[in-house]
Amino acid sequence: MYYNLPEFEYKRAENLHQALDVLKEGDWKILAGGTDLILDMKIGRQSPKKILDITRLGELRYVRAYNGKMFIGGGSRLQELLENALVKERLPLLSSAIYEMASWQIRNVATIAGNICNASPAADSAPPLLIYDAKVKLSSSSGSRTLPISEFFLGPRKTAISSYELLEEIEVPTLDGYFQWYYKLGRRHAFTLSVVSAAVALKIENGIFSDVRIALGSVAPKPVRAYTVENELKGKEANVSEIERAVEKVAEDISPISDVRASAEYRFKATKALLKEALFKGMKYFGGGSG
Amino acid sequence: MKVSFKLNGSPVELDVPPNEILLDTLRFRLGVRGPKRGCERAECGTCTVLLDGKPVYSCNIFTVQVDGSEVNTIEGIAQKELGKELAESFSREGAVQCGFCTPGFITTSYALVKENPNASELEIKKYLEGNLCRCTGYKKIVEAVKKVISAYRK
Repeated sequence: MYYNLPEFEYKRAENLHQALDVLKEGDWKILAGGTDLILDMKIGRQSPKKILDITRLGELRYVRAYNGKMFIGGGSRLQELLENALVKERLPLLSSAIYEMASWQIRNVATIAGNICNASPAADSAPPLLIYDAKVKLSSSSGSRTLPISEFFLGPRKTAISSYELLEEIEVPTLDGYFQWYYKLGRRHAFTLSVVSAAVALKIENGIFSDVRIALGSVAPKPVRAYTVENELKGKEANVSEIERAVEKVAEDISPISDVRASAEYRFKATKALLKEALFKGMKYFGGGSG
Repeated sequence: MKVSFKLNGSPVELDVPPNEILLDTLRFRLGVRGPKRGCERAECGTCTVLLDGKPVYSCNIFTVQVDGSEVNTIEGIAQKELGKELAESFSREGAVQCGFCTPGFITTSYALVKENPNASELEIKKYLEGNLCRCTGYKKIVEAVKKVISAYRK
């Protein structure tokens, strides 16, 4: 028995210029790797009438370092990024997150732009990109615009991209001298969706939190920065009681739901526990506190 | 839609609808039944094939996506020296029970030994995380791959 997938009109672009030309017509669904799209089509969540295949766009597969920033082509396969020494060294949070995403078979096909554009609240590449204040370059046949990633995610599976645009590149500033920590909490260790994922980067100078960045996945309709907790900590002394007080405020940043993987209550508790662990470790990293 | 690719070393030319999945093309159109249809949703790995040397789930990719590429299935891998060594090692170590997951495991293992002939136990487990076995409990599978790796290194 063949799979019974809905029929669609199919076009394959050989280069970016051609792809943008097709997108101009509107209503084309982009197939970058298709790992999420095909699953969605199987369960009937998506049934696009027109699919534009951009898997051949080799020009969108690159990693470049320039002026303290990394530039990642949207068509880069997750596995390529995982194996990239520059990503590992300069963007440790992104590298750690991708290490725990999906499986080898999926990472060989799935693209970074696909993970972002699919905009699952559990998209694991999102928290690191939020921490780094990444920007996405959205291109269309009439030009390009650049958007902070925090403005790109609008809600579950909703983003700021329009149907005639393509996510061409991700611009990621690197963080020097920061303690960087990533943790994906799932129901098991391998090949799983996250219950909570947390990325934290911080700097402590003279015993004071000079910068704190916290990003969380799977605990809100979209991946979010925990600005309330960040602001509670910035400029404060790095000690256990400040951290415990600030972490309680995370309730203002997140709105977890109960689903098949965990209850909302569990997600609250787990988020707080993860943040405390990250912040305590950060404190230790900079030689402060007894933990 | 005209599609041509190399399947286990031989050129294949087909006319397939764009919504056809590679696993269906292999099993029904080409009679290549090594890749199995398991979970049907990119989780279990028994449909694993190599696309230009990299393991992918054939249940989760359109056939039109592999146009111009090289596809290798367990049928081709079983003819190669390393494929034979893996199959023997799996049987010697008792890494096969019902056998349904085995084509996928050997296909992924083949790619992993090629890619990283020095893989540690942890790395072997990481490479194999996308293949599920519901009988043996993985220990013997990992052992079987480890044995091949230590022989391959010499």
